[in-house]
Amino acid sequence: MNALVTLPVLLPLLGAALSIAVGRSRLMQRIVGVATLVVMSGLTVALLGRIDEDGIAVTHVGGWTAPVGITLVADRFAVMLLLVSVLTMLAVLVYAIGEPGAEQTHVGFHPLYLILAAGVALSFLTGDLFNLFVAFEVMLMASYALLTLGGRPDQVRSGMTYVAIGLIASTLFLLALAFVYASTGTVNLADLHGKIAQLPPGIRSALAVSLVVVFGIKSAVFPLFFWLPDSYPTAAAPVTAVFAGLLTKIGVYAMIRSQTLLFPPDTWPRELLLVIAGLTMVIGVLGAVAQTDIRRLLSFHIVSQIGYMVMGLGLFTVAGLAAAAFFIVHQIVVKTSLFLVAGLIELRLGSDRLDKLSGLGRIEPVLGALFLLAAFSLAGLPPLSGFVGKLALVDAGFGAGSYAIVGVSLAVSLLTLFSMTKIWSNAFWGPPMSVDVAVGATQIPDLASRRAMLAATGTLVALSLAIALWAGPLYQLAERAAHDLLDPASYLTAVLKR
Amino acid sequence: MKLRSLILDTTVRLVFDAALVLSLYLLFAGHNRPGGGFVGGLVASGALALRYLAGGLDDLFRTIPVRPWLLLAGGLALVVATALRPMFGGGAALDQQAFEWALPVLGTAKFTTATIFDAGVYLIVVGLVLMIFEGLGDDDTADSHSERVGEDRR
Repeated sequence: MNALVTLPVLLPLLGAALSIAVGRSRLMQRIVGVATLVVMSGLTVALLGRIDEDGIAVTHVGGWTAPVGITLVADRFAVMLLLVSVLTMLAVLVYAIGEPGAEQTHVGFHPLYLILAAGVALSFLTGDLFNLFVAFEVMLMASYALLTLGGRPDQVRSGMTYVAIGLIASTLFLLALAFVYASTGTVNLADLHGKIAQLPPGIRSALAVSLVVVFGIKSAVFPLFFWLPDSYPTAAAPVTAVFAGLLTKIGVYAMIRSQTLLFPPDTWPRELLLVIAGLTMVIGVLGAVAQTDIRRLLSFHIVSQIGYMVMGLGLFTVAGLAAAAFFIVHQIVVKTSLFLVAGLIELRLGSDRLDKLSGLGRIEPVLGALFLLAAFSLAGLPPLSGFVGKLALVDAGFGAGSYAIVGVSLAVSLLTLFSMTKIWSNAFWGPPMSVDVAVGATQIPDLASRRAMLAATGTLVALSLAIALWAGPLYQLAERAAHDLLDPASYLTAVLKR
Repeated sequence: MKLRSLILDTTVRLVFDAALVLSLYLLFAGHNRPGGGFVGGLVASGALALRYLAGGLDDLFRTIPVRPWLLLAGGLALVVATALRPMFGGGAALDQQAFEWALPVLGTAKFTTATIFDAGVYLIVVGLVLMIFEGLGDDDTADSHSERVGEDRR
């Protein structure tokens, strides 16, 4: 049981060490990378099954019990997100192996990717605020390097933005941590729950807001989102896809965890979160409508969709949080698959500028079908997974009586659909592009690689369909997770053994 | 021929071994007193940096025959292995054990498995710094390399 909680963090680190050691052979690196992530997802499935039956699993690293030592906590919310993240990372790794790019030219790709996976697992499983900071740093270090692996000038430039924002967010996080520790004398999340409640209201709300700002930068909510559409689109397609799918959602995860577990409901006006959510949705989608590059357009959609998750948190009901959890699972899969489709388009036609593309539906019908499924799911058309997520959010909004945010979210859905049809009508409709233009400057990968990439993208789209198909059981799981979040008694007993 | 400063060369030769011994002392002292794998690794890297400044990459890699990325991988593997090991016995990850022996002449020697973890950190730091030096290269890599290879043959 203990092992199941710790292994998702340690295994990818061991994989990274192996991957560096076999750096001479790309084939060995690939075997190590894929095997590590396969074993990791198997372990996470086992962990999810176990904790859904027996309740929260806790391990105290080094045998030092909480609140002194570092605690890893696996509850339903963390592990369901971890599982979908690991599966997504596995699919993206297969895609990256096929793509002529960073994975093939740089020996560092596989170790960095596995270290990123370790950081992702640690940030979901940690039960300690300082350890969350460490996990963020591990992810940042790996992502700085992954973002600039290509070494192109524009990649380095946008990498600089990303590094600067990362450093500012880390510094703010460290300051917030210092405030938390100075006022309570602990950084263990479960221990903080009781100690923060005893603080004077002013200090409490200051701590809450400073953590919201830190995680707001990470998750790119309005008005802290500006760095994202600038830095994501330039990286290699698989790197952008995994960042877009995972990193911002981990910010949202941290926000939900800290706001539900650490701060009593009267700490600060939670309606403010709904305002932020609404603005994030609207500004993000308006930005997206104005774009002409597929990847930049999708990057603005990341921002817009984050608004929906924050809305679920802002409602602060079991239904709202369950909907948010379900929506994050859906977004991780769908957003990643859309970026992979964008990568495939660019590889096939040498560009992802909408004004240059035409007739892709005739040239690549399979790609067209994959894009259509993922895009409609993002826009929330029934019966796809986005529809289920948005329906749950709208339902929760009505349940909480927040009609304004429900109205905003529906209007933004329409605009999302509009910008998806913009990609569809520009890139996929129309007369097929001439082959000369189509070849472009990019390398054409061989058939096996193209099949691997297409299969990886197809698997992710199939996963999003599966989410829609098994929406019932998944939503019930999300509801149980939301119950745990709003009533942390079981979390506290599990960690503190009281 | 690359200009080598006699003063720098001699000083580095005098300081190098002492610095390495100090770094090992810090590594082992780290359990109860100031020090540890990271600090020890940094001191060792400092010593290697002097070597690099005085003699360039060739001199550096004659000192350390192992490739830097192997040091890095070995260190990382050592760290993870110490984290994993207690779990086979049903303990928590990173759990540590202490051993004490009464040795003749030396008195009591205490060894904790945390030292192995620290040794891993030490290797990671040294490996990473060496990789940075390799990335920085020499100011005249090609020339000095061929010349020095020539010298060796003579």
